[in-house]
Order: sequence, then structure tokens, then C-alpha cells
Amino acid sequence: MKNSNTTRLMEAARTELQVGGSLTHDPGRRALLGRSATAVAAGVTALAAGRSAAAPLAVPAANLAMGRALPESEYGMPSKFEAHVKRRRTDVFVNKQNFSDWSMTPLHQQHGTVTPNGLIYERHHNGVPEINPDEHRFAIHGMVKQPLVFTMSDLMKYPSVSKFYFMECSGNGLTDWLKAASKTVQQTHGMLSCAQWTGIPVSTLLQEAGVMPGATWALAEGADGAAHARSIPMQKMLEDALIVYAANGEMLRPENGYPLRLFIPGWEGNVSIKWLRRIKLGDQPWNLRSETARYTDPMPDGKWRQFSFAMEAKSVVTSPSGGMTVRPGEIEILGFAWSGQGSIRAVDVTLDGGRTWQEATLEPPVLDKCLTRFRLRWKWDGRPTSIASRAVDSTGYVQPTVEEIKKVRAITGFVQHHNGIFPWSIDAAGEVKNAIA
Amino acid sequence: MRSPELSWCGLVVACCLAGCAVPAAAPNAAAPSPHGHAISEQELQAWNIDVRGPDGAGLPPGSGSVAAGKAVFDAKCAACHGAAAAGGPVFGPMVGGIGSFKTDRRVLTPGSMYPYAPILFDYVRRAMPMNAPQSLTNDETYAVSGYLLHLNGLVPADAVMSAQTLAAVRMPNRDGFLVDDRPDTRATRCMRDCPPISSAAR
Repeated sequence: MKNSNTTRLMEAARTELQVGGSLTHDPGRRALLGRSATAVAAGVTALAAGRSAAAPLAVPAANLAMGRALPESEYGMPSKFEAHVKRRRTDVFVNKQNFSDWSMTPLHQQHGTVTPNGLIYERHHNGVPEINPDEHRFAIHGMVKQPLVFTMSDLMKYPSVSKFYFMECSGNGLTDWLKAASKTVQQTHGMLSCAQWTGIPVSTLLQEAGVMPGATWALAEGADGAAHARSIPMQKMLEDALIVYAANGEMLRPENGYPLRLFIPGWEGNVSIKWLRRIKLGDQPWNLRSETARYTDPMPDGKWRQFSFAMEAKSVVTSPSGGMTVRPGEIEILGFAWSGQGSIRAVDVTLDGGRTWQEATLEPPVLDKCLTRFRLRWKWDGRPTSIASRAVDSTGYVQPTVEEIKKVRAITGFVQHHNGIFPWSIDAAGEVKNAIA
Repeated sequence: MRSPELSWCGLVVACCLAGCAVPAAAPNAAAPSPHGHAISEQELQAWNIDVRGPDGAGLPPGSGSVAAGKAVFDAKCAACHGAAAAGGPVFGPMVGGIGSFKTDRRVLTPGSMYPYAPILFDYVRRAMPMNAPQSLTNDETYAVSGYLLHLNGLVPADAVMSAQTLAAVRMPNRDGFLVDDRPDTRATRCMRDCPPISSAAR
């Protein structure tokens, strides 16, 4: 009796989860976990919601026992039933070492627009350094009236600002231009995160050092084993660049730049130098390896586009997305849209492979250079189709298809800046798959 | 709310405590007090490792031959990059690819890709070898840069690289770059009777 009850509850849970096509309850992942406790707990919810219940609900075990005692102090962790929500190294393009490598945010399991700190994607050029903040120093020099050095406690004395911004790697999507290489939205779009970043405007510190006339570029360099560095135009540095020490209310995680990083809103993530140790001003860009042999875009005539900093408007449907299964009936389509050039003005969704489009609802707040969530109710009739989203930003820029990008750029090799419209197919069984080509 | 007078006092005190050489700004409640400490470029010497590509500004004194570079490469680089930089267990080839950018199979190597030879010195010094970055001497860095340029057919076997000779190498991809000119796609917002997207990039 007990066994058949469990089976029934698990079946009820599975049905509930699949009908919802929900953002977090990825049925594939749950099935892999194979934890009956999870399914039973979810099944109870399904029954309480008015599903066919043959027997009266039992009092949950949690009602009948003492819970966990409050420890003297702790750093809180997610429920053990959420242990599957993790950053993952890509298994689409496999690096032969894991020092210059990346891990990706589980976008389909992220609620709201803020990425929890432990899930913010990572990109390192030579591993994660462990830096003692008491020993860390940050310097400004080059074309300044007075070179300056700061300790972390010096920096904490400045008026701070906290801003919500997305951050995206220029390589986000690079495995899925011409063929469907990735399975889940974590793999296709997971080098994308959004947080409330806290720090000091770069302009405040540059003003203190005194910018010399003719200083038009700044070099920012990290204290990591790659001494990762980029040249950044002074105009952007003075406009909205931040020296950041915290994200989402706590000091940065080591993998995201602890104790100090640069943050360049709306631009490719690799210019937001982590573990920042210096900014040097000059009168021209340096043309470093990371801005010539990497982070450049191939053009059809054999040339390369350089200093292509801004991440252009982009969007993706995160639910339902690759690896999920949906059932006919009501589905809520959820996704993210963002633009490095401004705010999101509109998101259109197609439910028939691109032939017709309708405008989705944007969820406030809709902020500048920040993830924006969109939603659209849909009643799926069970016929195979493909779905996709298209963002329009405050400059009027319309997210292109890969075909449109291919008309003006070369798509060959390790191509950056893939902001193409991304379709998911849904087959007759309700399985959602990458449909980029 | 602090008065302007109090803010001014705070500014002066903070400036003196910090030993700050920046002249105090005009009394202004909005301007934060300075907290940076003056430092000289001399004191920043060990941090100041950047080399500017186009003119080699920042290249240090020293020199190294192609032959010396082969010895450095064999000892410290080949394990990842393979013998003669032809590709190894961790990283792909660092030779060849010149002329490949007009084809569908672009091969990116220091020889085919770098517009300026000093980039090689800068990157090797700041990031290589991966397990011991910034451990090579300047002479070793010049030498291994010369060896890689030689393997790519860009300097002769008897070349000796220094600040002058490295900056003088004419790289094949010198004029291979253009500055960001986006937006370039100019997509329109079609709502009805639009082309299907499922055949995206075919």
C-alpha cells in the first residue's frame, strides 16, 4: 500500500512538473536524481492543489518532529533538494586543462533577474587566485598628474554606488552558430549573469590622480596568473565604469574577482578585469594579445573587427528550453532579454518557427544594461513547432537571426558576439531541443 | 546633514593623514575626500609590465637569439605546445596559418594573427609558462619570442631579438584589423508572414 502510494505520488508529481514546463522543475534533472522524497514532497503540492486524491492527506513528517537547531553562526546554503542547481563547465567544447576555462550559469533555474553569487558564471585565464585583501594593492598611474596606490580599506572609505547590471562573456554561444552543439540553455547562453554590483565610480579615483590631457585609453590589469589585461577607452571609464568589491550584498567571490575588480557595464565580460591591480592611462590602445589574437571578430574579407566591446541586444527563452519536456495545454514562456547599449524596449516571441510574432510582457523593473524578464502565456496544441524570442532595445536595435549576422560577418572558428535569435524545437512528445540549425 | 565647513575640514584632515600630493579640491560636499597614497613610477616598476604593440613601448633592455629560444621552448613550453610549437597535448599549433584568413578555415597563430611582434613578448612575459607566469628573464623572453617568429618564417635562424629588432618585425596581419563599426545587422521587426528561422544559417 505504501509502495503504491509512493508510485502514485511520484506519477502525480511528474505530471504536475511536466505540464507546468516550469522554470525550475526540470523533469529530466529530477528523474536523474531519482530521489523519491523530492517527488513525494512535490506530489503533496500537486494533491493539495486539487488533483484527484483518493485518500486523505497524511500529516507531513516535518510537522511531527523538531527541525534543525539554529547554529551559533553559519553561512546559509541552498536546500539539499536544490543541489542540482549548479554552475557547470561546458561539456560541449572540452578544454584540455581547466585553468583557462569557463563555467556557466544555470539560467533555466534562475528566478528573477539576479544571479546568486555562487552561480555567477566564471571565466579564468589562469585559474582563481587567492588574494588576501589586507595585502592587495590597487594602483593608478601612467598619464596622470600623481600616481596613486590604494589599500582595500582606503577604497572602502569612498562613497559607494550599487547598480544592477548583466555581465556576459563575448564567447557566450560560440558553440552554437551553425549547428546545434549544446543541449540546455545553460550550455547555449550560460556565460551570462546579472547582479547588484557595489563599488566606486572609476571617475572618482581617476579624478583624484588627475587625468593628463591626451589620455584617451586606459589599460586595466589583473593580479592573476595570466595578468589578464585590456585597453579600454577613457570615455567609457569616465562614463559608467566601476571599481567593484561586492556583488549582491556580499564581498565578491574569489572566482569573480575578490577582493577587487573592474566592472564595465554592457561590454564583453573580459574587459571587466578581475583581481584588479592597476589602471594605467595612455594616449592609444596597447593592442595586447587579448585584443588582437583573441576577442576579435572575423569579417568576410579576411579581416578582424577589433575593440568590439558592446554586447548587442539579445534574448533567449529559458523555459521551456533544451532538455525540458512539456505537455499540451497552458504553458508560460519565460526568458531573459538584455542589451549592452541601453534598456530593453520590447521582446517578441514566435510560437511557429518565426512566421508570426507577438509581443511578450516585460516584468519590471526594466533597467539599463540589466537582465529583463519577459513572459507569455501559451496554450500548446501538441503539434511540433519551434519557439524563439527577439529583443528590441532602447536604441531601436532589433536582435538579428544568425542568417542576418552571417550576411555581414564571417562565422568560422571561435567566433565571438553571438547575439542571434535562438530557437527551441518542441516535438510531438513535448521534448524541447536546440533548433539553431 | 554636514555643513560645507565641516566637509572642508574633513577633506583637509584626510588629505594630510594620507600624505596625499593631490591639491585639495574646492570645498564641495559632493566631492569625496582623497584616500589614495602617492607612489612613484619607480616604485611601480615590477608591476609595469605592459608592452605596447605598435611601437614596442615598454620593451625592456636585454636580448635573446633564436637558438637560445629553442632551448627555452624545449625546456618550458614544448610539454603543452608540442615540439617546434606544432601543437601539443594541451594547446594547438603556434606555427602556420598565414594566408588562411581568406579561407573558411582560419588558423590562428602568433605568426598569422598578431599585427605587431611585441605582443608576443608581452604575452609570454605576463602569462607564460602557464605553471610559472612571469618566471622567464627578459633575455629568455626575447629568445623564445624570436624562436616562435622564426618557426613562423618571419625572422631568420640567426636573428637576435631585442627591443629594437622585435619592434621592427613586419607582421603579415599588420593591416588585418578594423575598429568596431556595429550595428551592422540592421534587422527589422517583422510580425506577420516572416521568413522561418528554423533554417537559420544554412
